[in-house]
Amino acid sequence: MSQAETHASILSLPHLVNGDAGLVRRGRYLTATFLIEAGDTEFLVRVVEGRLAAVEPGPFLMRPWTFALRASAETWQRFWDATPAPGYHDLFAMKKLGVARIEGDLVPLMANLRYVKDVVAAPRRPRRS
Amino acid sequence: MAEPVFEPIRGTYVHLWLDGRPHRLYFEEAGQGIPLVCLHTAGADGRQFRHLLNDEAITRHYRVLAFDMPWHGKSLPPAGWQDEEYRLTTRGYVELILAFCDALGLERPAVLGCSIGGKIVLELARLHPERFRALIGLESAAYQPPWYDDTGWLHRPDVHGGELSGALMSGLIAPQSPDETRWETLWGYMQGGPGVFKGDLHFYRVDGDFRDRIGQIDTGRCPLYLLTGEYDFSCTPEDTRLTAEKIPGARFTAMTEIGHFPMAENPARFRRYVLPVLDEIRAASR
Repeated sequence: MSQAETHASILSLPHLVNGDAGLVRRGRYLTATFLIEAGDTEFLVRVVEGRLAAVEPGPFLMRPWTFALRASAETWQRFWDATPAPGYHDLFAMKKLGVARIEGDLVPLMANLRYVKDVVAAPRRPRRS
Repeated sequence: MAEPVFEPIRGTYVHLWLDGRPHRLYFEEAGQGIPLVCLHTAGADGRQFRHLLNDEAITRHYRVLAFDMPWHGKSLPPAGWQDEEYRLTTRGYVELILAFCDALGLERPAVLGCSIGGKIVLELARLHPERFRALIGLESAAYQPPWYDDTGWLHRPDVHGGELSGALMSGLIAPQSPDETRWETLWGYMQGGPGVFKGDLHFYRVDGDFRDRIGQIDTGRCPLYLLTGEYDFSCTPEDTRLTAEKIPGARFTAMTEIGHFPMAENPARFRRYVLPVLDEIRAASR
C-alpha cells in the first residue's frame, strides 16, 4: 500500500510542479534528468527549463542520469507527512539519518537546490493549522 | 493613514582592535538592566535577534545587545580583506566577544549564542567564567558530526553561494515554524558575503572541536544552559546531551518544534524556553 502510494506520488510530480508557476520559474536554468529511487523501483525525472517533461518508471537497463535521490518507499511517505518527524523533514536530514542517499553529479543539484528540494517535497500533504 | 511604528532598538557602530587591526563593528541594543550579549549563527547577522530586542518581557530587565560579526551584516570586513580568505577561529572569536564587552564596559554580562555562538560559549565558560554571570548556548555542542563533506560548495563560481546557503539551511528549520520568520531567517543566509558562511564553518566544523576540553568547565563559577531544537540535524539534541553529560552542572533542554535558529525561526515558541532561563539568571543576580 505504502509502495503504491509512493509510486503514485512520484508519478504525480509533473502535475504538481508544472502547475506551480513560481517553482517552474525558480528551476528555469535546470535542464537535466535525475533519478528518484523508491525502494526497488526507480523513476527518471526529466526536467526541461524548470518544467517536468516526463516521469518514467523503471526498470531501466542502462540509462543515464545526472544525480540520484534514493530512499525506501516508506521513507518518502514519512518525508511527505504533513508534519514530518525530526530527521524525515528534509532531504539532507534523511541523508544524515542514513535513510536516504544523494549520488551523482552534485553541481546541478547544489546550483538548483531549493528547486530540487521543492520538487521532491511537492507531494507533501498540507498541514492542518 | 496608520501611525508610524518605531521599534525601541537603537543601532550604532563601535571601533575595535581585533587581531591587531581596526574594525568597525555594528551592533543594536534595547532595554535596561543586566547586559545580555547575543551571538548570531554562522553566515548570518544580528537581525536574528530582532524579536528578542523587541520583547518587553526581556528588555524590562535586560539590556539586550546583538552585534554583527566582522564580515557579517553591517560590519565591514577589515581593510585588505580583498586579498584574504576569511576564516573564523576559536581564538579570534573569543577575542571579539571580550573586546566588545570591554569596549561597552559591560559588567559581567550574560551571553546567549546560537550555533557557532552556542559553541563559543563553551570556550567562554572554560576560559573566562569570572567575566560572565551566565552563559546560554543554543544549538551548541562540543562536537557535531558533519552532514555534508565539503564546505567548498558554499564558495565557488558555478554555484550561487547565497542561494545554496538558503537552500541548505531551509532543512534546519522546523516544519512548524511560521512562514514569515522561516523565510526571513533564510533571507539572512542568502545575503551573506562570498565565502563568509564557509569561513565561519571552519570554526564550527574544524577549529571548534572542544571534546578534549569541556571537562575543564566549572559551572560553579558560571552557570551554563544548553538548549537545542529537535529538528536541528546539524547540532542534534543528542549532540548537545552528550556535551552536557560531560559538564557537571550544565543544564540541558531539548526544545520541541524548533530547529537550528530558535530565536529567529520561531520567536514565539522560543521565548517559552528562554524566559524561564532569563528569570533564573535574574533571580541569581539579585
